[in-house]
Amino acid sequence: MIKSFKKDIKGILIEGVTLSAALLIIAIVVVMITVIVIGGKEQISWDFLTKFPEDGMTKGGIFPAIYGTALLVIIMSVAAVPFGTITAIYLTEYAKENSIIAKTIRFAVRTLAVIPSIIYGLFGLGFFIKFVGTQMDSTFLGGQLKWGQPNILWASLTMALLTLPVVIVSVEEALKTVPKDLRAASLALGATKWQTIWKVVIPGSISGIMTGTILAVSRGAGEVAPILFTGVAYYVATLPASLSDQFMVLGYHIYVMTTQSANVDKTMPIQFGTTLVLLALTFILNISAIILRYRIRQKKTD
Amino acid sequence: MAKKTKKAKRSELTDSGLIDITKRKFRWSDYLAEKIIRGTAFLSITIIILIFFFVFRESMPIFNTAKPEVKTETEKTSGNTQETYGEVTDPATAPGVKGADSTVSDQPELQEQYGDIKDNVIVSDSVKNAAYTVSAGSGHDDNQSALKSLLTKDWVPVSQNPRYGILSLIIGTFKITIISILFAAPLAIMAALYTASFAGKRLKEIIKPTIELLAGFPSVVIGFFALMVLATFLQNIFHYDTRLNSFVGGIAMGIAAIPIIFTITEDALTAVPRTFNEASLALGASKWQTAFFVILPAATPGIFAAVLLGIGRVFGETMIALMATGNAALMDLNPFTSVRTLAATIGAEMAEVVFGDTHYNVLFLIGSLLFIFTFILNAIAEFYVKGKLMKRIQGK
Repeated sequence: MIKSFKKDIKGILIEGVTLSAALLIIAIVVVMITVIVIGGKEQISWDFLTKFPEDGMTKGGIFPAIYGTALLVIIMSVAAVPFGTITAIYLTEYAKENSIIAKTIRFAVRTLAVIPSIIYGLFGLGFFIKFVGTQMDSTFLGGQLKWGQPNILWASLTMALLTLPVVIVSVEEALKTVPKDLRAASLALGATKWQTIWKVVIPGSISGIMTGTILAVSRGAGEVAPILFTGVAYYVATLPASLSDQFMVLGYHIYVMTTQSANVDKTMPIQFGTTLVLLALTFILNISAIILRYRIRQKKTD
Repeated sequence: MAKKTKKAKRSELTDSGLIDITKRKFRWSDYLAEKIIRGTAFLSITIIILIFFFVFRESMPIFNTAKPEVKTETEKTSGNTQETYGEVTDPATAPGVKGADSTVSDQPELQEQYGDIKDNVIVSDSVKNAAYTVSAGSGHDDNQSALKSLLTKDWVPVSQNPRYGILSLIIGTFKITIISILFAAPLAIMAALYTASFAGKRLKEIIKPTIELLAGFPSVVIGFFALMVLATFLQNIFHYDTRLNSFVGGIAMGIAAIPIIFTITEDALTAVPRTFNEASLALGASKWQTAFFVILPAATPGIFAAVLLGIGRVFGETMIALMATGNAALMDLNPFTSVRTLAATIGAEMAEVVFGDTHYNVLFLIGSLLFIFTFILNAIAEFYVKGKLMKRIQGK
């Protein structure tokens, strides 16, 4: 009797400790959100979202940073989503589950997912700017410096590499939810493999591709390290008009204003405001991705 | 492409009236699609190889100290005298300029004979030559001294006498990694254990999406939170001197690593077959005993992998390190002093560095180190751990 009671106490203790760990994590998330929302909500206004920074960043809005972030993620998605989707299609439809090639590709994808983002930045600098860009300049422009320097194209492509594994993993998960019977039925009706993929498998997994894109966009919007030296600028007076222009980004704007601005206290409201905008952006994207994925999993179990 | 195949199908139908099912006709569109898909799938492997190649390529020049040996003698002398040059401030005694001097001293007679102009030309030429040899020698020397100073603790890249001692950066990175893993791993593993073994359905549906949300937090936002709020908060509790230190940075990075450790641990725990659970309960063990003595041990390799990947995340984290660690390259083991991590060094200094400079190469070398480290961590997590996990779960 006493023994079982002791055991129960132990059980309650362990359950309580593990529960409090879970609650602590939730609390951290809630505190972070609350602090940023409280600090930034005063700042949010139409002007803040649509105006350029003024008076050495101490006043005005963050429009160019929002615009730059949007442009970055659009170019990035255009590059990352097709390639990611195709890789996922290969892994689920063509490759044999245990073949060496498929295993190697899977390992490569997971490695890509864990490489620190700053390494992508170095790669972007070494490959896109110093190798591809310089080559382009010397062949097409006769050595005139245009592509061999940081710009929005190279930054977006660097970001596309970073988000490629995100796309691959979510599309693969969605492709697996398309029932085998559908594929068999399509093939039995005389459709070729490619026709089956194009007309049956892809439409069936469109929500998975959406999820992947959204997650990639949310990741790309928040990352700063890969674009630190591949195209982002502290301040540009005009919006980027061509692919060879530099641009501003929300995340970098926060970083620069908190660590490098001369007057940190004066820009404090803007810092909180910018962080809130970035957080809200990634939040909306993430929540829609979570809901979409939830629906896909629901479908799988049905 | 879809339209084309439709057309092809239609023409085939009209030609024969029937489709021969026994023989699948060779289709270009299918063939092409398969080739393209197959080719694209190799992209991720190609990217890894390219990253390897290009990050290493830019760091290679540091090791090129042996390369100029073709010109051995001249280079050697200029290299040797170069060292004395650093101490003697009078440029006239420097060897290269001495050469120029001697030509000048040879010239006076000429100067008298041919006039000023030619003398000027000669002098400027020889000075140019001297300048050239000096700069060539110093470039070579820079690499050598950079390589020598690599394993010291002084990181002073921008100075008259630059030293690239990455030891303090490595120690700093490890210090902050240990702090953040000590914070994040127990928390995340316990939360995962709770979610997998004890939590009801409703609570599960709160915990898991919340942590997914945390995974979506941009690291700049976590860094900002650490810089603005966490640093002050922790300073009020622990009363240390420097506001931004490795402790604050470690906790902040721990927050960033929690979702990774949690997700993988939770996956590993739920992957343990239900039969384990049922057998344990049937033998009379209680819920917590099953969770603690059956499921947790069965999933240890997975948890190990989770911690490894968490370490990888912290090790390469740049923005939080830049914002919340104080960024001073000190070498001590006190958790309340500032540190500078490897990744933060790259992030902070790469933008201001001259392309092709020794400093530039050293930063790429640091990048290569980071890359190799995370690559190895991932490989261990992938192969060693997975193999073990499978063996354990299948009872072999």
